[in-house]
Amino acid sequence: MIYEFFFAPFADYAFMKRALVASLTLALGGGPVGVLLVLRRMSLMGDALAHSVLPGAAVGFLVGGLWLPAIGIGGAIAGLGVALLSGITSRATGQMEESSLAGFFLIALAAGVLIVSLGGSAVDLRSLLFGSVLAVDDASLLLVAGIATLTLSALALAWRPLIMESFDPDFMESAGAGGGSWHMLFLVLVVVNLVAGFQALGTLMALGLMILPAVAARLWARDVFGMAVIAGAIALASGYCGLLISWHAGAPSGPAIVLVAGAVYGVSIFAGPQGGVLRRRQQSIHRHG
Amino acid sequence: MVGAVTGAALQIEGLRLAYDGGDILQGVSGRFPAGMLSAVVGPNGCGKTTLLKAIAGRLRPRAGNITVSGMDNADVAYLPQSAGFDRNFPISVREMVGMGLLRRIGPFGRVTQEQADRVEEAIAAVGLEAFAHRRIGALSGGQIQRAMFARLSLQEAGVILLDEPFSNIDAHTTQALLRIMEGWSGEGRVVVTVLHDIELALRHFGWTMLLAHESVACGPTEEVLTHDNLHRAQHLCDACAADRNFWAAA
Repeated sequence: MIYEFFFAPFADYAFMKRALVASLTLALGGGPVGVLLVLRRMSLMGDALAHSVLPGAAVGFLVGGLWLPAIGIGGAIAGLGVALLSGITSRATGQMEESSLAGFFLIALAAGVLIVSLGGSAVDLRSLLFGSVLAVDDASLLLVAGIATLTLSALALAWRPLIMESFDPDFMESAGAGGGSWHMLFLVLVVVNLVAGFQALGTLMALGLMILPAVAARLWARDVFGMAVIAGAIALASGYCGLLISWHAGAPSGPAIVLVAGAVYGVSIFAGPQGGVLRRRQQSIHRHG
Repeated sequence: MVGAVTGAALQIEGLRLAYDGGDILQGVSGRFPAGMLSAVVGPNGCGKTTLLKAIAGRLRPRAGNITVSGMDNADVAYLPQSAGFDRNFPISVREMVGMGLLRRIGPFGRVTQEQADRVEEAIAAVGLEAFAHRRIGALSGGQIQRAMFARLSLQEAGVILLDEPFSNIDAHTTQALLRIMEGWSGEGRVVVTVLHDIELALRHFGWTMLLAHESVACGPTEEVLTHDNLHRAQHLCDACAADRNFWAAA
């Protein structure tokens, strides 16, 4: 009975097995990268970047069909392009980077929708916007695994400067520790992980497995490493539970995965020991009592 | 007074500094000797922070130059007035102070036992032993400043620049920080501090540059902060005349 419910869907169906492997692999890289995004106060900027991936992905889609490597390369080019362009524009005009990024991501999103609509069908647009983790093929799986491996290796090597640059970019710059280049490396990691999340969750929710576990982990962990581990674990659990729910309830898989992560965040807001509502209330009772 | 003997100093000649809006400073000349505490004093808006940024290499001068002479170590460490970091970042005091060694360790290097010991020593020197493992969010403003000083001292720079390090800091901590700074200058470093408080400059700083869009005077503090010089400064800088607190104290 337990086996039937929890394991059979993945054991019996190859597409569920691939979806599970894709989600779990995604979680491994995306969780820790999401932690850095949150700590840099770039959560919403990450969201804008996720949408910027669309036009490149659309061109990749028209060339290669629903095949992740083509979509991925196109998406990565578009995402990095928008990040670079908004950086250059804000430096050239003195405008806040947040404004120029908002401008470019909207242009990119609209261009993406236009390209797919003109070249494909409504179904294609839906799978680009909302993802289709149940349709992951072997090549896509390899791409996602490659990105996770690259991400974890880069994080393991450059963990210290990446954290320090997130914490105090000013100091890194003035101490001659290469402030800007760490920021670039980080942006590349974000974009490739968005590309990896693209097929599973679509361009609208690719950030779901990165940001939600990270903001939840912030309420549980005392240090950055703990946050990364907890965020990874939440992302893994969300992938598995989300797929299970989607299977049993016949719900679309992407939203199911993101909503599970959202539920974990909801619980953390109350129960988290690092600033959760209940803990805060307890402390203030102690203080006044 | 090592600098007075060896002649090691930071030298500024004919410096002109400007942002897009126009000139902030012009015709700034003077020297800051190693081995004694130097103050840069002037009313708000007269260009003190701008001068520090230029010395730190963050603002390119439109004219003039800044040189360090008589010292092997011309590295510059700079403590801005308001720290640009998130006080709630989940990082411990030990980790933050350890950043001071980053350049020596390198981004990928391992921390040796000797380096770890030096971080502990720096933390102890600012009196934060009991807080080493605490998150920076648990520290008071004064304790944060102590931690910043510890990080600064690990950078082992020959030139140390501090922008209003005592603002919003209690008197007890100010004394402790001054003792740390005296330790740095005792090691023959150039220590330049932007101050808004003339009293403090007179009491603890042997050398002063009085700034009001230009260098009004630069030399031993008691020779610089005279009634005449302050009067001249007030006339040189219309915009800064609005800083009534400063002139009241002067």
